[in-house]
Amino acid sequence: MEEEGVVLLEFWSSPYVMRVKIALEEKGIQFLYKEEENIFLGKSPLLLEANPIYKKVPVLIHNGKPICESHNILEYIDQVWKDKFPILPHHPYERARSRFWIDFFDKMIYDIGRRMWASKGEDQEDAKQEFLKSLKLLEEELGDKPYFGGGQFGLLDIALIPFSCRFYTYETFCKFNLEKICPNLMKWVNKCNERESVSKALPNPYKVYDFGLEVKKMLGIE
Amino acid sequence: MAEVKLFGTWFSPFSRRIEIALKLKGVEYEFIEEDLSNKSPLLLKYNPVHKKIPVLLHNGKPICESFVILEYIDETWECPSIWPRDPYERATARFWAKFFDEKCVPAMWKVCWSKGEEQEKLKEECTQLLKILESVLSGNKFFGPGENIGMVDVTGNFVAYWFGILQELAGLHVFTKEKFPNVGEWIDEFHNCSIIKENLPPKDKLTAHLQARFQAVAASK
Repeated sequence: MEEEGVVLLEFWSSPYVMRVKIALEEKGIQFLYKEEENIFLGKSPLLLEANPIYKKVPVLIHNGKPICESHNILEYIDQVWKDKFPILPHHPYERARSRFWIDFFDKMIYDIGRRMWASKGEDQEDAKQEFLKSLKLLEEELGDKPYFGGGQFGLLDIALIPFSCRFYTYETFCKFNLEKICPNLMKWVNKCNERESVSKALPNPYKVYDFGLEVKKMLGIE
Repeated sequence: MAEVKLFGTWFSPFSRRIEIALKLKGVEYEFIEEDLSNKSPLLLKYNPVHKKIPVLLHNGKPICESFVILEYIDETWECPSIWPRDPYERATARFWAKFFDEKCVPAMWKVCWSKGEEQEKLKEECTQLLKILESVLSGNKFFGPGENIGMVDVTGNFVAYWFGILQELAGLHVFTKEKFPNVGEWIDEFHNCSIIKENLPPKDKLTAHLQARFQAVAASK
């Protein structure tokens, strides 16, 4: 790979990409982004070269070297540009807590997110209940802190907030209202959206919903 | 005084990794053997979300999930470092450790317990994963980085030890040295490493334990 500096391979609807964009923005890092045309129809040669194992965005290419997997990229960014806006908590125990919850959320949403969007009937209802149970655990973890990181916007906030742009889609498909079920979490969503890094990175939830409908049609899912 | 406890089982590749990491760091700890069919109130208290081992307890505070624990250990007891210090090498190490945990372990575990069409699909998936490992090890003795065994290799312990026993019990030949010579050599080197040898469950005991599980599953059908 010949890319110098910082390049981000991305697709606009991916919350995993948004994580990286937020982190780069918070740290004030200049980067070039290369958008995949339509990740569901085909992948660019650069993406396949940079991420041959998973063939997924995001990939950060820093001075020609690719780093894959969004959580991995966040940790890398924080290690390399450590003097600018630290993302990871300072204490190892707090870091472990953030990493634990990211791992928890990522494993949950990979299966549950798809089922809330793509399936029907009992399967969809089960997925919805699992999702709400998980969000309530996160709301408990947040407590009455402004951010998951306490007073400081940090790793866990950055990892979770991009998924808020899919909440409208989940609520509409599965018929629930997060304001009523997780009010503190929704307050946190609003607070995060006041940050320029977040409002720049997250697309309009209605655009995400419309795209969800389009993808379902494209993949032949009713 | 700092107090370190590890909730685990003698047969779990995940808790064995943590033991290796603690020993590499020279950290003294108390090992608490859990009965997974009857989980202790303490385990359920310290890991209410997943209710699983391993759990590390440090000064009364629990840390869960084996990879999170391994990073915690490295950041809390700084010398000697067990994960690379260079950011790119660390990112690469993290990538491969997660590849073992999130791709290899689930597929290679499930393939041994499944049947019919599902097993055929899983056999193909495992073969693809082994091909990836084979190519990464081309020209390298270990997953490294560098010339010596590292924590990425340790996180590959299920592939290097448990899988061989399991696939034999299941009557499978997904991995063979002929098909995957680089992986075969890596497994030999893995077993030659003294700290790893000292921290593997004895082969006959593990075989008997897994065989009993196979028999229990067969009997319940």
